[in-house]
Amino acid sequence: MKHHLHRLPSLASLGPCIALLVAGSFFATQSEHFLSGQNFSLILQQVMVVGVIAIGQTLIILTAGIDLSCGMAMALGSIVITKFAVDFGLHPYLAVVCGLLVCTLIGMLNGALVTKIKLPPFIVTLGTMNIVFAITQLYSGAQTVTDLPDALQFFGNTFRLGQTSITYGTLLMLALYLLIWFFLRNTAPGRHIYAVGNNREAARLTGIATDRVLIKVYMLAGLLYGVAALLSVARMGVGDPQSGQTENLDSITAVVLGGTSLFGGRGTVTGTLIGVLIVGVFRNGLTLMGVPSVFQVLVTGILVILAVATDQFTHKKA
Amino acid sequence: MTAQTSDTIFQAHDLVKRYGNVTALDGADFELRAGEILAVIGDNGAGKSSLIKALSGAVIPDSGRMLLDGKPVHFHSPIDARLHGIETVYQDLAVAPAMTIAENLFLGREILQAGLLGKYFKVIDKKKMLSEAIRHMQDLKIGIRSMSQAVETLSGGQRQGVAVARSTAFAKHVVILDEPTAALGVKEGNMVLELIRRVRDRGLSVILISHNMPHVFEIADRIHIQRLGKRVAVVNPKNISMSDTVAIMTGAKNPEDLPADAHA
Repeated sequence: MKHHLHRLPSLASLGPCIALLVAGSFFATQSEHFLSGQNFSLILQQVMVVGVIAIGQTLIILTAGIDLSCGMAMALGSIVITKFAVDFGLHPYLAVVCGLLVCTLIGMLNGALVTKIKLPPFIVTLGTMNIVFAITQLYSGAQTVTDLPDALQFFGNTFRLGQTSITYGTLLMLALYLLIWFFLRNTAPGRHIYAVGNNREAARLTGIATDRVLIKVYMLAGLLYGVAALLSVARMGVGDPQSGQTENLDSITAVVLGGTSLFGGRGTVTGTLIGVLIVGVFRNGLTLMGVPSVFQVLVTGILVILAVATDQFTHKKA
Repeated sequence: MTAQTSDTIFQAHDLVKRYGNVTALDGADFELRAGEILAVIGDNGAGKSSLIKALSGAVIPDSGRMLLDGKPVHFHSPIDARLHGIETVYQDLAVAPAMTIAENLFLGREILQAGLLGKYFKVIDKKKMLSEAIRHMQDLKIGIRSMSQAVETLSGGQRQGVAVARSTAFAKHVVILDEPTAALGVKEGNMVLELIRRVRDRGLSVILISHNMPHVFEIADRIHIQRLGKRVAVVNPKNISMSDTVAIMTGAKNPEDLPADAHA
């Protein structure tokens, strides 16, 4: 028995689950509306955009990087999708492909700057965040894009499961989590992401093309931001150039709360999903309790610092 | 001196490497025989690490030639050397500490599942990697209970074992070990020496870089002494004293003054 002990989930990976359960139980005692299928579905709907962005953010943080430009990439993606469809009359599917492409290219730019010019990811993405924001404002004229074709709003539609209505977007989010979970756990390129984040020089010496891994990670993250853009368009029913302003910090919060180390090489996308849900449950629960939203921000801030402190103490370089 | 060439597996002639005004290798020769443990020793600045880096592909020499199995080779990177069957265990081990032993053994060379999943989606065969890892570690008599534990949970000697096992799992010709016992205690150091012997007994040639003279004398079949960017002598540890060896290494003694049977 004893040698199986290390296979049990560690306290670090159980922590987020416990936090989620404690928060859930607490809010269940505070509001009779909390424990209902409809409310859970609402929480999932509220987190689906940041949830998909957080998958990309997880991939990048696993490589010991960070992405501040994710929210702005999503905003530009949603403007491209809606404007291409509405202004140019492009087929909605084609417009979506263009949006995904633009976001992937932003990721490629980030990856190229990080690997080829060897700039720190924090600075690179701080720069691209502002550049992409400016492009979004210039291209959209800071105007919201309305009158969208129905096809673009598909993921905002719901279907009924018993008494609960569920949006297709949340299903897409959960499917993406499942897909990336499998990719990270069971494929060679997935394991290489961990190796590059854990010890990049060792990964290089074993023959892994580390630069290529990094660029692909930033591109895949960009593609996911594009999907998030589609979800955001579907959820809000408009292309909003002012969207995505808090998604970078929100996604980093979720990733860190989910137990992924900012030092890279450790963490899971399932943890991130739990991190996303923790933030969602806190926001939802506090709202149901009638707590002003400023306090929600306050609580989120405290949670992040707690999570980062845990990371520091458990994974500090020996 | 070294007349035997039939069983020479890896050799270098007249290697030169300069860094600005500093000449690290000044026409160095090198010769490794099949199935031997060759220790490379030298004072700091003797060009020992430049020599090893050239042999392992980490440094490209300015001039000179290298022959592997009698054929000329040019390494542009450690990966090139690896493709030729030369594996290097670096002093800092180059492992991914958060990943499991099995994963570290197969890092960059994962065993993929048979069929479409492996071919198109690069899905790894975890079971097979685990069983191969167990088989390989047992071959080398490295006693570690579970291959699915993270490398960071291991002791220094066990980590060294993992790094050596990784290199021997894939080396076809040569394993280069850079100071494998430097950071270890007595017991673990002996364990690693035992492991190096087993690697040689499996038919691989070993190049051992070490500052630890007792270890070198305990394990090496021959000792390559590097001084001022050149190979000054290759000695037989059975017929020379440790103090004479150190004297040659530091230049206090001339290699020509050694008795004939001290050379190897």
